[in-house]
Amino acid sequence: MKQAQGLGCNEAASQNRLKISTSGVTIMGSMEDRPSCPSEPDKPGNAYEKQGYRLCSYVGRFIPTDAGPVPLIKPKLTKDDLLSTFFVRCGMGRYSYTIAPGLYGIGIPDKNSEVLVTANFKLTFDHLRKELSGIHAWILVLDTKGINVWCAAGKGTFSTRELVKRIKTSSLEKIVDHKRLILPQLGATGVSAKEMKKQSGFRVIYGPVRAKDIPAFLKNNKTADKTMRQVTFSLYERFILTPVEIRMALKPALMVALAVFLLSGFGPGIFSFSGVWDRGLPAFFALITGILSGAFVTPVLLPHIPSRQFAVKGILSGTVFAVIFLLFSAPASHGISGLMALFLFSVTVSSYLAMNFTGATPFTSPSGVEKEMKRFIPVQLAGLVISSGLWIYSAF
Amino acid sequence: MKELRHLDDVSTLVLDPDKCVGCGLCTEVCPRAVFEMHQNKARIVDFNACMECGACVNNCPSEAISVNPGVG
Repeated sequence: MKQAQGLGCNEAASQNRLKISTSGVTIMGSMEDRPSCPSEPDKPGNAYEKQGYRLCSYVGRFIPTDAGPVPLIKPKLTKDDLLSTFFVRCGMGRYSYTIAPGLYGIGIPDKNSEVLVTANFKLTFDHLRKELSGIHAWILVLDTKGINVWCAAGKGTFSTRELVKRIKTSSLEKIVDHKRLILPQLGATGVSAKEMKKQSGFRVIYGPVRAKDIPAFLKNNKTADKTMRQVTFSLYERFILTPVEIRMALKPALMVALAVFLLSGFGPGIFSFSGVWDRGLPAFFALITGILSGAFVTPVLLPHIPSRQFAVKGILSGTVFAVIFLLFSAPASHGISGLMALFLFSVTVSSYLAMNFTGATPFTSPSGVEKEMKRFIPVQLAGLVISSGLWIYSAF
Repeated sequence: MKELRHLDDVSTLVLDPDKCVGCGLCTEVCPRAVFEMHQNKARIVDFNACMECGACVNNCPSEAISVNPGVG
């Protein structure tokens, strides 16, 4: 999905429209108001029409600069932006949700305006621009391959190298008279202020973590207070991540579900298709219970579930939900070993997925995650093996 | 945010106070308030909040900080 960043080159041409002289002709006043006469629509984007290109909905117009026309973006998100945000949050098309890297402007920026640096993930870009109404600034979008600032900084695409390169290709020296860049604080993982100064002459100023604090940061003489400098992980911030967590769990879950149905077929008659269905279904629901507990409930209730270890949080949440599930839906005909198997299976799935969520949080370290995984992967594997054994045993 | 914590004593963060030039950039870039300035030197005030993101290491002008999480 490549979109044109700028269409400014035909700006001058289209302003040279044919003008029909009306001198000497008297237009009757009533003619102008006749509703049946369609009036010439004057959409603001028309001036930038160019064959084979389409103007991006977030671009209002273009501003001429010493380095050519630069698109000016709108701070207001449209219904389409919000709809795509919804889909991306659900994990659909989130790896190709990009905008063209390069320089943009917002408000009416001039040679002294600040330069804000961001990533080319459209969700990030939208997040930034919606906080910038009333602000006049340049926005330098780096090519992070459609990844957000923090992850891209960790992966090395939001980097000193890319920033130096993007400053050059955008001819930033011709556009601003100063040598300052404002970077999102979470970009610091990938950028070295010292190297930037050395390689490009630009001084890096680290802005706040969150885009919503930018207006206050700018007003405050470009200083961020303590709360602006720290990451948060509120209920909403955790909740909004869960659709992607569930979505990512679905593919492996499908394989597991197949295995579960297959395993359920084993019984006294070696293999029975009625077993696949009759015994497979409760096992399948035990899996669903585990997924909901590990990929939804644990992330949402994270700080309220005891233990610091995510795997343990998953076990605790999984236990509660497995018990509820068994009380309401599992037939007693499975016997004690069958019920044990379903319980253990559900809790194991919950524990594994909860541990998986460490990768989405802003407070776990790679060393911590490694330590936890070394401890709990064997436990979870044991849970899986024991529950499978019990499940087969319970069929006899 | 202070209540959201993972395991203690796992971070590989090391600060060498002798190399610190006192610029304070680590206190700016750390998103977990691990550092504080004290008598013109940075010091670690919340070691267990560190998530080894490397922002401080990357921006320290005198290579006074290091983190070395194993790969994976």
